[in-house]
Amino acid sequence: MLVTPALLWTLLFFVAPFVAMALLSLNFQSSDGLTISNYTQFFTNPSYYRAMINSLEVTGMVTVISVLLAYPFAWILAEQIPARLQRLALLLAILPFWTSYVVRSYSWLLVLAQQGVVNEALMRTGLFTEPLQLANTRTATIIGFVHFFVMLLTLTIFASLKQLNPSYRKAATDLGAGPIRTFIYIILPLTIPGVMVGAFLTFVLAIGDYITPQILGGNNELLMPQLIMMQIGRRGDFPLASALALILMAVVTIAYIACARWLKIERT
Amino acid sequence: MRGLVKLLSAGYALAIYGFIFLPVVVLVVFSLQSTAFPIPPFTGPSTRWYEAVLSDTRLTSALMNSLAVAVISSAIAAALGFLSAWGFARFVLPGSATLRGLITLPLTVSYLIIGMGLLVVFNWAGLPKSLITAGIGHVVINLPLCFAIIYSQMGDHQINIERAARDLGASEWRVLLLITLPIMWPAIFASLFLSMTFSWDEFVISFLLTRFDTTLPVEIWNLLRSGLNPKTNAVGSLVFAVSVVLAIILELILLRRRPA
Repeated sequence: MLVTPALLWTLLFFVAPFVAMALLSLNFQSSDGLTISNYTQFFTNPSYYRAMINSLEVTGMVTVISVLLAYPFAWILAEQIPARLQRLALLLAILPFWTSYVVRSYSWLLVLAQQGVVNEALMRTGLFTEPLQLANTRTATIIGFVHFFVMLLTLTIFASLKQLNPSYRKAATDLGAGPIRTFIYIILPLTIPGVMVGAFLTFVLAIGDYITPQILGGNNELLMPQLIMMQIGRRGDFPLASALALILMAVVTIAYIACARWLKIERT
Repeated sequence: MRGLVKLLSAGYALAIYGFIFLPVVVLVVFSLQSTAFPIPPFTGPSTRWYEAVLSDTRLTSALMNSLAVAVISSAIAAALGFLSAWGFARFVLPGSATLRGLITLPLTVSYLIIGMGLLVVFNWAGLPKSLITAGIGHVVINLPLCFAIIYSQMGDHQINIERAARDLGASEWRVLLLITLPIMWPAIFASLFLSMTFSWDEFVISFLLTRFDTTLPVEIWNLLRSGLNPKTNAVGSLVFAVSVVLAIILELILLRRRPA
């Protein structure tokens, strides 16, 4: 009884749309019956599968760079900052997280523009005489993504560092391990689940995002969400867009299965 | 050694803080620009672009639309999330794990795909695009979140309090209203405010599912076509301010629940 409204909502507005997209992707409205031509198109047309490769490359780089930047930062917040300031330091570290998606990407466009503050600063140093082409590149897309996910990962990694039982660390020190050995053999392995949850979230959110690559990357190379939007908007080709969306879903599902053992929602 | 670690830590933390705040600072500073381009050199401060935003009826009505969609869709998501979390936590249901998985499933699906699926279905059903269809989409993305947050906070120790109330003769509805809701309110409010911030910021579903009346992120997106413009900075700064207020409310709720 109690769970019925939520289940109905999910079935009606989440499951049904999926079934509809699956049917559409098989061209069920055409007269020749069901075909997989939309899928074969994806795997044979280089401009389509290239978008998936671009997406995987960008998302992979974003995930790795974000984890590498966020881990030391979370560690500093958790270990080097006095306890009474920690909450404030963390709150500050994720404050820009709350800027709207569209606005955040636009802000990076301002920063990276031809006459933006970065180029302005570089020219001032005298090391560069010409402004760098930063906006409308893959680098800009990656910077925009990394900015968001460093904040997200700092949050998840900070949480798993704080949840560590301090007696493990004491035990390691008592047994003669120095701070570096304690970190490598005790702290790092115990925080891996938190890192994996954050990395998974990064991967899923980044690979499905349309805004960041569209605003910052320009149209030089397309990522999957841009390709899908192009089918919907400019060409009105819903069957192909559905097929592309389901292929993207399949990739996310594979990532989910790979991370499944770290991702459990349980009651406390 | 210790001193070196401290020094490196401080330097690294400052660099990351700088990176995190760079775009926000640039956005806000150049929203006060008095000339027509939000690029150096800074010519302000001036409030002319804020005045331009506030006198732009497209933007102000989009802002009201965004608020309405955020409040209503979050209330629905939190209510459905609470009821289902309570149902799953308190009663043994057949196929419980599978059904819980089903409710949380939309969390792993990109907003773009959810929006597109809804677009296809609404097209077939002949439902015109509107703020309502966008709101339905926002409930789809926020319901699993509300469910997961509230469900994770339903501890077994609370069951005993509910049992005691039932033993004392309270009906199910009285247990719900007088016992469960008050116990769970921090989790409910947290999920409500988190949903509101997500709905407030959401772009792609609103973009696909609205037509004439639209939400603020979509209207900002339309502004972007005119290139770099201090007016976009001003409206972006305002949106940021609203989100920060929501985030601070959320933080205060969490702080009350877990005194640090």
